[in-house]
Parts: sequence; structure tokens; C-alpha cells
Amino acid sequence: MVLVYAEPTNGAFKKVAHELVNYARKTADVLGVECHALVLGDTPGAEALGAYGAGTVHRVISPQLEAFDAAVYTVAIADAAKKLGATVIILPHNSTGKNITGRLAARLEAGSVAGANAVPMMKDGYFTVTKPVFSGKAFADVQLLTDVKVISLAGNSIRVEETGGEATVTDLAIDLPAAKTKVVKHQVATGRVPLPEAELVVSGGRGVKGPEHWDVITDLAEALGATTACSRPVADSDWRPHHEHVGQTGVAIRPNLYIAAGISGAIQHLAGVNNSKTIVVINKDPEAPFFKAADYGVVGDLFEVLPRLTEAVKKFKG
Amino acid sequence: MKLLVCVSKTPETTTKIQLTADGKNIDTTGVQYIMNPYDEWYALVRALELKESAGGTVTILNVGPADNDSIIRKGLAIGADDAVRIDVTDEKDSLFTARQIAEYARGKDYDIIFFGKETISYNASEVGAMVAEFLDLPYIGDAIALEMEGGSATVTRDIEGGEEVIEVATPIALSAAKGLAEQRIPNMRGIMMAKRKPLEVVAAVDYPDTTRIAGYTKPEEKGSVKLIDPENMDELVRLLHEEAKVI
Ligand SMILES: Cc1cc2nc3c(=O)[nH]c(=O)nc-3n(C[C@@H](O)[C@H](O)[C@H](O)COP(=O)(O)OP(=O)(O)OC[C@H]3O[C@@H](n4cnc5c(N)ncnc54)[C@H](O)[C@@H]3O)c2cc1C
Ligand SMILES: Cc1cc2nc3c(=O)[nH]c(=O)nc-3n(C[C@H](O)[C@H](O)[C@H](O)COP(=O)(O)OP(=O)(O)OC[C@H]3O[C@@H](n4cnc5c(N)ncnc54)[C@H](O)[C@@H]3O)c2cc1C
Repeated sequence: MVLVYAEPTNGAFKKVAHELVNYARKTADVLGVECHALVLGDTPGAEALGAYGAGTVHRVISPQLEAFDAAVYTVAIADAAKKLGATVIILPHNSTGKNITGRLAARLEAGSVAGANAVPMMKDGYFTVTKPVFSGKAFADVQLLTDVKVISLAGNSIRVEETGGEATVTDLAIDLPAAKTKVVKHQVATGRVPLPEAELVVSGGRGVKGPEHWDVITDLAEALGATTACSRPVADSDWRPHHEHVGQTGVAIRPNLYIAAGISGAIQHLAGVNNSKTIVVINKDPEAPFFKAADYGVVGDLFEVLPRLTEAVKKFKG
Repeated sequence: MKLLVCVSKTPETTTKIQLTADGKNIDTTGVQYIMNPYDEWYALVRALELKESAGGTVTILNVGPADNDSIIRKGLAIGADDAVRIDVTDEKDSLFTARQIAEYARGKDYDIIFFGKETISYNASEVGAMVAEFLDLPYIGDAIALEMEGGSATVTRDIEGGEEVIEVATPIALSAAKGLAEQRIPNMRGIMMAKRKPLEVVAAVDYPDTTRIAGYTKPEEKGSVKLIDPENMDELVRLLHEEAKVI
């Protein structure tokens, strides 16, 4: 059985959970086995995960799961997997997953692939999973050699398809240890899709020339419903917050659309963004290296081009 | 405080990754290596700051071949007191690496074991969490702030669209992300002193392979860029809608 940890986003099952469950379904189909989901806590709407391919949803409800503690979550997932006889366990490759995936693989002594970007395949007789390496400069085909396998999925990796109907929801009892960590503050900005999950991203570089000019970027982002990002020097100069910095030493993203304005396209920047589906580059220098990695290019002054593009988007959206 | 900083080696960031003709390996001809930036810039420096304010020792540890000694020496030049290299001839997967670190650290009573957020080579973000599980320690990934008061740590971690603040008693493990500290450049004196600092080489423990890399591929090259008249952004919107189908 493939068991997927369906992670809620701010108290509801959203895109992250839908993509994970659908990925698990596709993995289960490759292996010809069942796909079950695991829910930690009493998030409403668990039965609706059936639409993305989970036949059964197992729910563990316990006060110990209300605040996040990676060690406790790991025990919950590991023990659920053992009880249910899961052979493949799937997690998100996000801040939650990065705290759990390694723990789970170590606890189960399972081969793992962190940050997979494609549905596993059976190749040369081995269960093989592809993941980006060298910050997206290449992909590695990783064979998992153990009976139990752990995979974490990078966001925006597959096309989410609705397949089935409602899932059966059952409760699962698991003995959990006491948490050693205490969450004293949990703060998330609402109303904005976080960068790693964003499908549309508008990004600005040093060419925007200062935080006081950023409205050309944010206006376009708002018109599109996109998330904003920036190059490293922009974050280093505190023009924008650090969490917006994309690239090899920042966030690696793979949106459907990446619009880069006033960014030259250094190799370390490209490494984190070049797996975006469509790239639009706006730069006044026709020799800027970024044009070589772009699908669409606009050679021009971003202070003229961006407002024009924002207007065009607004017109298009009516 | 007894602090351990785990450092890995990674190709220099401007490296163009090339594959061998059969696609089975990375062609390492001419590749220059550096210490993984997250390990050097944030993990090591925060550890040194804690030592400077509260006393103690900073040890750096690498699992790798003898070639890595130059990277380890750089860590000593930046200010670590001593170093350990667990001797393996080839880099292996995350679980193998974590097992080596855990077996070395077990029973040595480190207050904090530092990791980088991820290697910029295999981008797993797994080794630290694995070591923590093997040693039954709390682990906090993507730490952007760390304050200590006696045996109690307050750690701020990055989460999607925000942050979380966690209180936890040492011993702990954590991974360092941007914001935890500011990069330090080694000075001449540091470089000279590093030559005389101890670098212990320890034998690896046996551990079976749980994964194997069958081969590599490169991302598809983009076709040539389609240039749009900067006066005509309606055309760009049309193409994004009709051709690229992304809006
Ligand atoms: C040239 C080269 C070739 C490689 N070839 C292979 C290969 O053929 N097969 C394979 O499976 N892997 C290979 N690797 C990767 C391999 O060495 C491990 O996977 C790597 O050590 C951990 O990478 P990761 O992305 O899993 O680490 P992460 O989990 O992302 O690392 C997090 C942190 O753990 C610590 N850490 C990671 N590695 C080490 C280390 N070696 N010593 C001390 N601390 C460490 C660092 O603090 C790092 O920031 C290769 C790496 C390099 C540089
Ligand atoms: C170890 C290491 C890691 C790194 N990691 C990262 C990383 O993760 N992410 C990252 O982004 N960088 C990273 N860098 C930095 C990288 O090498 C580049 O320096 C950086 O990406 C450049 O940022 P930029 O494109 O915003 O600025 P610049 O290179 O200065 O480019 C500005 C561009 O704006 C254009 N421009 C100026 N004015 C206008 C205008 N009015 N209209 C239109 N265009 C205009 C210019 O033609 C130019 O192309 C790293 C570097 C190192 C050494």
C-alpha cells in the first residue's frame, strides 16, 4: 500500500494535500496497490481526499498533534505505516516535510528520495524516482533499494487530476510520545500563496533600483494573482524580505509562469528557477544572459514595460 | 557549550553541471569544490558566535574522502577549534552519511549539532533530521534565529509564508538557513593557525546502501526566446494565454 501524509494548509485541505494524494494515487497505480491517506488531527473534509485518489483516509486524533513536533509526527506516521503495512510513504517536501522525511527514513531505515518531481517508475526492475539535483541544473534517477520507501514531493510537480469519489474515513489509535519542543509563536501571512507553492511568480532584481520602486512588481503580481520573489542581492540589501530570495542559495521554485524583471540571469539565480514552465524576461540589456533561458523576452525599460503589462493583464481579466 | 558543525562539500556555485557520455555520472573534470554555503555562512558562524559569548568548543565534521581536507581547513581558518573527517572513499547517500555522523556523535554530549538547510548539490534537507532520529534529539529545520539561555534554546524557523518560534531544551540538532548569522571571511592569521589545528580522521562504520543513483539527465534546453515588442504587452498576454496557457 502507498500511504500519503495529507497535510492541511491553515486548517483545510488545499493544493498541497490534493497534489500529494494524487501523486500517491499515481504511484500506487504504477505498483498496482492501494492508495491510502493519513490525516493527523481533525481537519474537516478528509472524505473529499477521495476525489484525488485516496480509497481510505486514516485519521489520528490526539492533543499531542495539535502543535507541530517533528519527532511526534514521525512516530505517528511510522507507526501508522507499520500497522497498515505501507511500503511507500509520501510526504510534502516543504518545511513540514523537511523536518520529518529524514527522521522517518532513519526510523524505518528506509531508502528515501527528498524533493521528487515525477511519479516513480519501475525501470530495469528497480523502483526509481527522479529528483532535481544541483539546484535544478540536473536530475538524478534514484533507485530505492529497501522494502519500505520514503518519498517527499516537491510542490507543483504533477498535474493534479480528480479521479475518484469520497474516501472512507476511519480512526486509527497510535501511542504518541510527549513532545520535547514547544511552539510559542506561529505566524503566517494569509491571503498570499507561499513561493514554493505558487503557480505564478513575478520577480524583481537589482534593475528595479530600490525598495521605493517595488510597486511596479507588486502591481503586476496583484493583477495576476501572483506571488512576488527577488534575486539575492535584492534580499541582501534588505529591499525585500529574505524569504523572497530565489535561486541556488534561496528558494527553488517551479511555477507555471516566472516573470523576471531587472534580473541579469546569473547561473546561481537560474539554478533555482529554470524548471519553471514558462519564463518571461524583461531587461533593457539585449545581451542579458537570462534571455537564453527565457521563453518570451521583452527588451526594454522595466519602468515602462511593467506598468504596460499590468494594464494589459487587467484588460485581459476584464 | 560543546558544539558540532557538520559540513559538506559541493561544487562551486558557477559550475556548469556536465554528465559523462553514458549519463551515469556527473563529469567532475575541472570541477572546483567549496564548503556548502549554508554550512559555512550560517551554521558554522552561529556556532562560533555562541562559543564567543558563552565559551566552549566548536568541532567541524565531514564525512568524505581525503580531498575534502582543504574544505575542512577553511572551516578551521574561519575559527573552529578542531575537526573530524570520517573517512569514506566515495560520497554516499544521506542515510549512510547520517549514520556515520550519528555513530561518531553518540555519547559525546554535544549541546547542539548544527547542519546546513540543505546541500546545494543533492538538495535533500535530510541528513540533520536523520542524525536527530538516530540520536533521539529534537531537530529544527531551516532555523533563521537561535538564542540560548543556559540549557534552553529559542529557535525561529522558516515556514511557508511565515515563521514559527520554538522553545526547546538542549541537546538539540538544527539546520541553518539564511538569517541565522552573517558570513565570515577567514583572515591570514586564521589561515595560518588552521594548519596547526587538529584534524582527526576516523574510520567509517559499515552501513548498507539504501539508494543508488542509476543515472542523470539535464533539463531540456529552451528553444530560442520569442521577443515581444515592448510597446505591445497585449501581445504578450495573448501568448501567455493562448500559446503557453499559463494565464
Ligand atoms: C561530488 C559528489 C558526488 C556525490 N555522489 C553521490 C552518489 O553517487 N550517490 C549518492 O547517493 N550521493 C552522492 N553525493 C551526495 C552525498 O554525498 C550525500 O548525499 C551528501 O553527503 C548529503 O547530501 P544531501 O543533499 O542528502 O544532504 P542534506 O540532507 O541536504 O544535507 C544537510 C546538511 O547535512 C550536513 N551534511 C551533508 N552531507 C554531509 C557530509 N558528507 N559530511 C558532513 N555533513 C554533511 C551538512 O550540514 C548539510 O548542510 C555526492 C556528493 C558530491 C558532492
Ligand atoms: C555562492 C553564491 C550564491 C549565489 N546564490 C544566488 C541565488 O540563490 N539567487 C540569486 O539571485 N543570486 C545568487 N547569487 C548572486 C548572483 O551571482 C548574481 O550576482 C545575482 O543573481 C545578480 O542579481 P540581479 O540579477 O538582480 O542583479 P544584476 O546582475 O546587477 O542585474 C541587474 C539587471 O537589471 C537590468 N536592468 C537595469 N535597469 C533596468 C531597467 N530600467 N529596465 C530593465 N532592466 C534593467 C540590467 O541590464 C541587469 O541585467 C549567488 C552568488 C554566489 C557567489
